[in-house]
Amino acid sequence: MKILAIEDEKELLKAIKNSLEKEQYVVETAEEYHEALDKLFVYDYDCILLDIMLPNGSGLEILEELKKAGKSGNVIIVSAKDSLDDKLRGLGLGADDYLTKPFHLAELNARVKAVLRRKQLDGKNTVEFGNAVLDLGNRELRIGGELVVLNRKEFDILNYFMLNKNRLVSKTALAEHVWGDHTDQADNFDFIYYQIKNLRKKLQEAQANLEIQAVYGVGYKLGES
Amino acid sequence: MKLLNQSLAYLSISILLIVSIWSVVFYANMLDEIYDSIDDGLANYKLLIINKAAEDSTIFSKNEFGESNYALWPIDKSEAIQVKDSYKDTLMYMLDEDDKEPVRMLTTAFEHEGQYYKLEVISSMVEEDDLIEDMFWAIFWLYLLLIISILLINNIVLKKVWRPFYDFLEQIKNFRVNKDSPLPTMKTRTKEFLELKHSCDQLINHTLDAYADQKQFTENAAHELQTPLAIIINKLELLVEKNSMENSDAEMMAELLQITSRMTQLNKSLLLLSKIENKQFFDNQAISFNELVEQTMIDFEDFASFKEVLVKMEASQEVTVTMNRMLASTLINNLIKNAIIHNQAGGEVIIQLQQGKLIIQNTANNGSLDAKRIFKRFYKNGQSQQNTGLGLSIVEAICKLYGFGVSYQYIEGKHSFCVELEV
Repeated sequence: MKILAIEDEKELLKAIKNSLEKEQYVVETAEEYHEALDKLFVYDYDCILLDIMLPNGSGLEILEELKKAGKSGNVIIVSAKDSLDDKLRGLGLGADDYLTKPFHLAELNARVKAVLRRKQLDGKNTVEFGNAVLDLGNRELRIGGELVVLNRKEFDILNYFMLNKNRLVSKTALAEHVWGDHTDQADNFDFIYYQIKNLRKKLQEAQANLEIQAVYGVGYKLGES
Repeated sequence: MKLLNQSLAYLSISILLIVSIWSVVFYANMLDEIYDSIDDGLANYKLLIINKAAEDSTIFSKNEFGESNYALWPIDKSEAIQVKDSYKDTLMYMLDEDDKEPVRMLTTAFEHEGQYYKLEVISSMVEEDDLIEDMFWAIFWLYLLLIISILLINNIVLKKVWRPFYDFLEQIKNFRVNKDSPLPTMKTRTKEFLELKHSCDQLINHTLDAYADQKQFTENAAHELQTPLAIIINKLELLVEKNSMENSDAEMMAELLQITSRMTQLNKSLLLLSKIENKQFFDNQAISFNELVEQTMIDFEDFASFKEVLVKMEASQEVTVTMNRMLASTLINNLIKNAIIHNQAGGEVIIQLQQGKLIIQNTANNGSLDAKRIFKRFYKNGQSQQNTGLGLSIVEAICKLYGFGVSYQYIEGKHSFCVELEV
């Protein structure tokens, strides 16, 4: 899988590259408008991360060029601009997703996977880890073929963990992903712990060889046991 | 008061004054002229009588007025010397009117062959009250005519003259800085209006520039702050993932991540506030507050149950408000979130939707809040460190944008926020 990250902020680009490479993707980078266009029209990428404000041009112009060439799919716009106009414009030009800065690496990872899965989508829409199979279409969890009933939040949490296997997912990132932006002022994320506790119990009862480990005070990590 | 009516009012009052003063002066002059001419007539009559007395001695027997207009009788010399020619108004019975009517009387004295006589000559006067009445009506009609003509002039001429102004005013009213609406136009040759338009154009252009700058600044601020925040968050996440540090170091990292996320939130809230205050939200639509409240309750379900707070809605009717969807949900979110956070275990949040009103009440954990300062930025009550102190400022800014009233009350151990949605 080849990903092109177009971002003028070197440090951010490094972090994105570093994180995505952990998922075994080939990550190429471009730091300005012309470099990005050159790469886009010479090579094919499975996914493109596109910043809107770039030196020498706008990410939206790149998107327009891509649309003209019929290649505007698999683009995730990553921008500090969060106005509805920009979002609508970006999505209208054929981008698949819109991620606003600042974001969590786990969230970026989840979005990239969603885009890639949409691209492949060879009949099955499932995520597998250990003896667990998560059917995203039917929102079902099967462990060793047995159906395990999860509520909506538990499913979303497990899905997020599965998209970030063996990676750290911070409590903030998890709360924002599953509960939306509303959690921001909540004085702590302890309530997340209760959902995790229930999820752990269900996984244990179904004899899943998955384990949700707590990582210090930061967050959690899903691993195989 | 409308400009046209205002000029009408001023004109009417001044015309009433002018016409009244004029009529008083006119009346006095007329009266003076009438007296003058009557008095001249009487003086002439007096001379005629005295001349006639020299030829016709029968006159001296006329001691009463009777059918003629004079009477005379002999007097002493001493008395005669004191008599001066005097004119006065008096009342006298008139046969045809069957009433006493005013007459003008000349009293004088003269000497005839060594005998002194006193002579009184009268002349019937134009009836004063009739005169006043006639003049009043004449003036009244004149006044009426003037007012009607002013009304007509106002309605036809002035309206025509002021039309460009009102057209322009209407365009200015509908002008929105953030929309790409064209500059207001004005078709006129009136110098003042052209100047007004010119000044407005300058003002608008200046505002547009300032607005564009401001918007640009907001966006740039967002960009400039969000990117470093993204870098900090992502680098911290990568660092923690390395798994090569002591537990205590990792905990410190966790704290840093939390602080960074607070900064992120603070930045987002400030941006939202500045956007609301810059009136950058315009895509209004009819929004059911009932649905929005229900949705928000679902979103906060987990959080509320973790805090052991019962959230319930009491809707007496469907409340629909025309506003921006994102702002509507921010308004409701912030109020409900606030009510859950500043609560106690086992407490409750009651959301009431009534005719044009959204009331959110919650059991208080520690007494009344400062109603004056509660909506101010960064007002914090209690110890909640995670709170940005901007939630209620955002609520107030949204209410202000749409002209809603928002108030806080402390009632029987409960915080109560009321938003009046009818403008």
